[in-house]
Amino acid sequence: MDLEIRNLSHHYDKLEVLRDINITIPSGQVVCVVGPSGCGKSTLIRLIGGLEQPAEGEINQIGEPPQGSLNPLTYIFQDFALLPWRTVEGNISLVLEGHPISREEVASRIANVLDRTRLSDFAHVYPKQLSGGMKQRVAIARALAVNPAVLLMDEPLSALDSQTRELLMDDLVSLWERERFTACYITHNLNEAVRLGHRVVVLSRRPGEIRETVDIDIPLSERKVDSPELARTQTKLWEMMREEALTADRQLADA
Amino acid sequence: MTDSVSGTAGAPITDDAPATEAGGRRSVPFRGGGFAPKPVWYVAPLMFVALVLLWEFGSSNGYISPLVLPAPTEVLGAFSDLVRSGMLAKHLQASLTRLVIGFACGATLGVLVGVAIGLYSIPRSAFKPLVAAIFPIPKIALLPLFIIWFGIGEGSKVATILFGSFFPMVIATYGGIDAVDRNLIRMGQSFNLSRVAIVRNIILPSALPAILNGMRIAASISIILLVAAEMIGAEYGIGAYVLLAGNLMATDQLIAGVATLSILGLIVSWLISLAERYFLRWRA
Ligand SMILES: Nc1ncnc2c1ncn2[C@@H]1O[C@H](COP(=O)(O)OP(=O)(O)O)[C@@H](O)[C@H]1O
Ligand SMILES: [Mg+2]
Repeated sequence: MDLEIRNLSHHYDKLEVLRDINITIPSGQVVCVVGPSGCGKSTLIRLIGGLEQPAEGEINQIGEPPQGSLNPLTYIFQDFALLPWRTVEGNISLVLEGHPISREEVASRIANVLDRTRLSDFAHVYPKQLSGGMKQRVAIARALAVNPAVLLMDEPLSALDSQTRELLMDDLVSLWERERFTACYITHNLNEAVRLGHRVVVLSRRPGEIRETVDIDIPLSERKVDSPELARTQTKLWEMMREEALTADRQLADA
Repeated sequence: MTDSVSGTAGAPITDDAPATEAGGRRSVPFRGGGFAPKPVWYVAPLMFVALVLLWEFGSSNGYISPLVLPAPTEVLGAFSDLVRSGMLAKHLQASLTRLVIGFACGATLGVLVGVAIGLYSIPRSAFKPLVAAIFPIPKIALLPLFIIWFGIGEGSKVATILFGSFFPMVIATYGGIDAVDRNLIRMGQSFNLSRVAIVRNIILPSALPAILNGMRIAASISIILLVAAEMIGAEYGIGAYVLLAGNLMATDQLIAGVATLSILGLIVSWLISLAERYFLRWRA
């Protein structure tokens, strides 16, 4: 299933947040959206997944979601959004409970995603006992449990320290290698964008407009931390963003 | 730098300066710590025992007149009379029945109304100002009205407790719901959870700490109102016992009754702590 965003604009009262956004997210690819903070990235991803209604423009799903997908557009949040009163297992079963599937299927789905995210030993643990990185793994497992067509990730690694971020980035790369999931990945971190994105969309400062779309042809598995080609792309992206970030920094939040 | 400082002529190092090794090396003085009072388990019982001993000493040596305050041994005597005559059980039964019925109904209704205020616009607009207006009225002042409405018997007593526990529960419940993390609700919506599932699995559990806290307050208010209500036309009940003792100037019985109330309050508070420890074990 592809996602297509056409002529999307959005504002909160008088605050114009997004202007004329056009993005296509092709099946099996990761599209990264980068932009200075406050430019409307979180707003964009809320609009894409239908958590908010756009003021103008449309968001279309093209093609059918995969067989057995319980929730085609599935989020992974920056703050993990785990229920502290439920164990790891309970947090995953939460999103399966309303669906017409048997108890056995729920149990087997949970076991399956815990295995895929290497969390099987932590099924009965409460979130407070887990580190940030582990919490985000649980959120990833929860997202995988509903068999999503598109993963919508809003700065999923931004709440983590840099070592954990590296580890989780590797996890996401190998997960993509195995499952070829489709994703819209929001970040302000250019390194994450060049490591995970098949395509990087650069937004301007608020109101967010597309400044540039950069395709990166290197396969994800071959993108090494110290690859000069990636470093060049990252520098190129930074040059585009630098001016925007500088001005965005001086922008008033409520202007 | 160290050389020039220690070598400065005319500035001898005073006696109370920190120990200085050769080369001007000193340990950094500790400046942190403190501001973290910790409970020390044996202090409270010790304090209690000391107070009672002091009181007994004062009474038996004539420093405290028995008219002002009876000796602890006398209070104990009154209490054991109360137990042996079987009256304690009778009074307690009457009081606890009123307390349990009034508090259970008040708390249940309070949670229901609080949830309605927390979730829906119309009940919120309708009841929130009403609750704010009625909550501060001392329910004791309404007791005569309750007697007219519900009769001099059990009805008015239960109603007083019910009203007293209802309002703090309403306020605690909608306060807890208002404070639910929006992101968790958004997460629920993003996984297509039904409205009922979001309320049941996300909103109510996150409001539970506030609701339990409200129960603590509501329970204390209930005990206060229980005694007030029992002072009007009750045959049995701790409140009636205390009132009678007061009228007869039987201060030993009065203090025995008041101590019973205090123990009742402690037990209720302990039960709520148990409930908190069980239901909120997920808390960090
Ligand atoms: N629900 C909302 N109501 C009003 N203003 C909002 C709301 N959400 C975001 N904004 C404003 O829109 C702008 C973009 O926010 P956001 O999308 O969160 O940016 P980003 O994720 O890129 O940092 C910010 O100025 C923010 O204050
Ligand atoms: Mg954001």
